[in-house]
Amino acid sequence: MDQLDTPLLTTAFTPLAGLTGGILIGLSAVLLMGGLGRVAGISGIFGSLLGRWRPDNAWRALFIAGLLAGAILTSLLGGFDSDSMAFPGNPLTTVVGGLLVGLGTALGAGCTSGHGICGIARLSVRSIVSTAVFMVFAVATVYLMRHVIGAS
Amino acid sequence: MDKLTALLAGLLFGAGVTVSGMVNPMKVQNFMDILGRWDPTLLFVMGGALAVTYAGYRLVLRAPRPRFAAAFVIPSLQGIDERLIGGAVVFGLGWGLTGLCPGPAIASLVFGYWPSVLFVLAMAAGMMLARSLFLETGGTSSGD
Repeated sequence: MDQLDTPLLTTAFTPLAGLTGGILIGLSAVLLMGGLGRVAGISGIFGSLLGRWRPDNAWRALFIAGLLAGAILTSLLGGFDSDSMAFPGNPLTTVVGGLLVGLGTALGAGCTSGHGICGIARLSVRSIVSTAVFMVFAVATVYLMRHVIGAS
Repeated sequence: MDKLTALLAGLLFGAGVTVSGMVNPMKVQNFMDILGRWDPTLLFVMGGALAVTYAGYRLVLRAPRPRFAAAFVIPSLQGIDERLIGGAVVFGLGWGLTGLCPGPAIASLVFGYWPSVLFVLAMAAGMMLARSLFLETGGTSSGD
């Protein structure tokens, strides 16, 4: 069952919006490297903000502020309808999933952005391997949940 | 200028994950459901992002240093170890279970759905847990 009373289980294939968003994410990564010399890896940026404050956390805090502002601005400009959102699972799977994502990205030093985009763009072997592994395990998890256990 | 650059980079990233629909966890989970309600959109997001980043990195990394900082900070770790693989496995399980990864999850907070909040709090707890259990003190070593 869905956590929200929205039967929005099927989502439309939107290649143009996907490509547009991808290009924006790429521009973000290039700007952050060219300007500040930093990798646009969200788990690293967010994770560093959880520790003791250090001087170079200022740019990280501003990046996260921009991230939130970018989402608001995009939906205000009509680029996204937040009523279309649906969260799979239930409160328990959400908490367990969040814990796993936090643990895994901290241990593996990266997530979809840091390894999947910035790392692969540098042709880093570690990032290519990491991305292949987390993709395969995500696909396998969804297969198990939807087609073996039978959750929506 | 460095502050403005960080803010603008965040803004572009937030706009990117939102306009692409990646802030909708059902859409991301449907990408992983290849034998079911498959929605291949994420392929186009990754493709676009990779093409721009690959070309852009080659351009900006030619400079002796970044425009507003002393040096490029590039992850220096080499080699495949248990930590990298184990981390990716655990992350993949959580990503599949929820359809949420760190960037879109944080961006999705602004839409006011409680699962976003629950997920981000649990993710923060998971990161701090990993740090206290497995990682040396002194912050992230390889910076993603």
